[in-house]
Amino acid sequence: MRKLKNIFFVLIFSVIVLNSSNSAEKSPPFLETKWTFKGLFGKFDRASLQRGYQVYTEVCASCHSMKYLTYRNLAEKGGPEFSEAEAKAIAASFEVTDGPDSTGEMFVRPAKLSDKFVMPYANEQEAKAANGGAYPPDMSVLVKARKGGADYIYSLLLGYSEPPEGVELDDGVYYNKYMYGNKIKMPAPLSDDLIEYTDGTKATAEQMSKDVTNFLMWSAEPHLEQRHKTGFRVIAYLIILTVLVYFTMKKIWSRVEPKV
Amino acid sequence: MSDQKDEKKTNRRDFLFTATAAAGAVGVGAAVWPLVDQMNPDASVKALASTEVDVSSMQPGQSLTVLWRGKPVFIKRRTDDEIKKARAVDINNLKHPEKDEDRAKNPEWLVMLGICTHLGCVPLTDKGDYDGWFCPCHGSHYDTSGRIRKGPAPTNMEIPKYEFVNTNTIKIG
Amino acid sequence: MSDHEYTPSSKFGKWFNDRLPLLTLANHLTDYPTPKNLNYWWTFGGILTFCLITQIVTGLVLAMHYIAHADMAFSSVEHIMRDVNYGWLLRYVHANGASMFFLAVYIHIFRSLFYGSYKSPREIIWILGIIIYLLMMAAAFMGYVLPWGQMSFWGATVITNLFSAIPLVGESITTWLWGGYSVDNPTLTRFFTLHYLIPFLILGLVVLHIWALHVPGNNNPVGIDIKKPSKDTVPFHPYIVIKDAFALLMFCIVFALFVFYQPNILGHADNYIEADPLVTPAHIVPEWYLLPFYAILRSVPDKLMGVVAMLSAILILAALPWLDTSKVRSAVFRPLFRQFYWILVADVLILGYVGAMPAEGLYLLIARVATAYYFAHFLIILPVLGWKEKTTPLPLSITEPVLGGSPNLAAARSDEKIEKTIK
Repeated sequence: MRKLKNIFFVLIFSVIVLNSSNSAEKSPPFLETKWTFKGLFGKFDRASLQRGYQVYTEVCASCHSMKYLTYRNLAEKGGPEFSEAEAKAIAASFEVTDGPDSTGEMFVRPAKLSDKFVMPYANEQEAKAANGGAYPPDMSVLVKARKGGADYIYSLLLGYSEPPEGVELDDGVYYNKYMYGNKIKMPAPLSDDLIEYTDGTKATAEQMSKDVTNFLMWSAEPHLEQRHKTGFRVIAYLIILTVLVYFTMKKIWSRVEPKV
Repeated sequence: MSDQKDEKKTNRRDFLFTATAAAGAVGVGAAVWPLVDQMNPDASVKALASTEVDVSSMQPGQSLTVLWRGKPVFIKRRTDDEIKKARAVDINNLKHPEKDEDRAKNPEWLVMLGICTHLGCVPLTDKGDYDGWFCPCHGSHYDTSGRIRKGPAPTNMEIPKYEFVNTNTIKIG
Repeated sequence: MSDHEYTPSSKFGKWFNDRLPLLTLANHLTDYPTPKNLNYWWTFGGILTFCLITQIVTGLVLAMHYIAHADMAFSSVEHIMRDVNYGWLLRYVHANGASMFFLAVYIHIFRSLFYGSYKSPREIIWILGIIIYLLMMAAAFMGYVLPWGQMSFWGATVITNLFSAIPLVGESITTWLWGGYSVDNPTLTRFFTLHYLIPFLILGLVVLHIWALHVPGNNNPVGIDIKKPSKDTVPFHPYIVIKDAFALLMFCIVFALFVFYQPNILGHADNYIEADPLVTPAHIVPEWYLLPFYAILRSVPDKLMGVVAMLSAILILAALPWLDTSKVRSAVFRPLFRQFYWILVADVLILGYVGAMPAEGLYLLIARVATAYYFAHFLIILPVLGWKEKTTPLPLSITEPVLGGSPNLAAARSDEKIEKTIK
């Protein structure tokens, strides 16, 4: 009987394993890099997040919005943790339309901490028109919206190359080995020394990809650090309580046959 | 001899039961907290906790009502006459004794929460027996310093935390 | 309700109890005689109660922040995740809670299948359970629509289109369900209303489910009728309470691992993209707990028949007490049934697996074979097995599995094995 059962489970398992190994949509395995936010106590690399914000704002932000983020988030705990003054200065470097004022006119003012990130385009149609019909997706939760998450984004940013022989590309379409279908309308966004990091880190393409992916991971999951911290406490507590309840149960059931 | 052993056993058992129950209770308490705290003001609401108001166009005698944290704030640029009136009052006769000097640091500007301390209505400006504010709900009269003089309200209208960022801008909160 | 009359000791208690017998009820629940040989598979009833309460409580607080509007639903969920105090925790508990709920309910159902808990006199408990399960699926499906991501939108589109398979009135029904000509804001608001309502219906049915259980009492791993109360039973409190608590805590550890360390692994990445009626995701897959039925749906080439097959796959369970003709409840004493039971388990797992794969080639073939077997199990194997199978001897009571009536050594030996299985 046992044997029969085991055979079934082995069968099922092997089918699943065999299939998952070739069902990865034929895209190559993701590039490997070490993420500090993974694991039981995973935390963000603060400096990397700050650099990542710089990459976002100097490179990505010209096409990609981040509409769920506000400037105050930049100073919040568990994020890039810019000082409040720095975050205020960042906000003030953007202009937002506010109003109507007492005369009914809309007016432009510097952004405040409570304002959302300024969007590059007024709406989706304008974004499409400016990008050859392709909509640059909003990046607030992009990492969670892609299978493979941070590894995928990181690999994609570094996955550009000349198309292999036999692959024809239209104008404004690029070859990327990690993209679904390998064709992407975004030109390779990052190249060595494209920007100059304020903290003096050398801005290689890898470094920028990693920093901006870190930043996007945080923007998609801003409470990740708190989640890990709370999670560890909750599970530690549950284990202690389980042990206590186990012994209590043993005590209570000691009066009865059969025992638990 | 055996009695003693039994007692020890019982003690250990009681301790185990108590410890388990206590640990369980702590956990339930901790689990309830997020359910309670989610009703507190969230991060986006807290971020709007301060408002800046441009008062450059206000003439003496004029007043302005702005919204701060969902509540009306009265900003009044008082005339000399109004200031004189507010400062001449003997505070010992007041229901809620407060000096006008304490309520309006800059005598020309009175900034206060426009909420009647009785039951939360919004009083009318430049009305009432004391030429200050009058609450139509239950008839509370406030003077030119926003102090309660007559009627059911127990205290003066509240002064929020505010500061002059520059001569033209008041930051409330 | 109870075999013995209960009188509260205090005067006030008596006065109150004469008017509203709450104390009698409480006494019944604590004293409720439970077979003492229940194994850990029996703890999932309590775990399911916990799941239901967790879903209702977290759902209530999420509803305080969620906005049921096509333009604002997605951003209100992001607002919950980012700004609301502990919003991320509440949402992840609710989202993963649904999966944990189904995990528990599947274990609960398969426990019943193994130990024959659906058999006389427990048919009503079983049918109530099937209704609860159906409502759970409805609630889960509508809940998944609420974040208004791509999977929400397209899942809703695909599932509501099932109704268009109904001849003549199909189109009108889908239009009526949608409140328009496609899934849109009216659909979202009504799904929210129903998603809010269904858990309370489930709660009511759970009360009936437990009430119906307390009439004949629990089945047990040996599957024989027992006298209550007797030396075969223990009072529900503290024995079963503490055991359920222990199992619940183990369950919570698994739950917490998902919530805190892999909160999105059971969901789909596409649901973090806001709904777009112009673009369908490459791969539309329901949540894992609906996959076996999805596979059955797709294995039938005809639209109407596919829907009929899928619904029958669930409804056939309601007829199970009459399809299984064996008089012996527990699989412990049914060697042949036991083998077919494990084949069914494997069959359902296979269905779940192919449900997640594209419906083509080998996968489709596997899905068809597995679907055919699923129905064959209930419609052919179980009825025939009841007549043909030679069951092993039943013990007379839980405490005396051997002494009572085993006439020979072979039976005694098989009983030893039973003891092991029970543990």
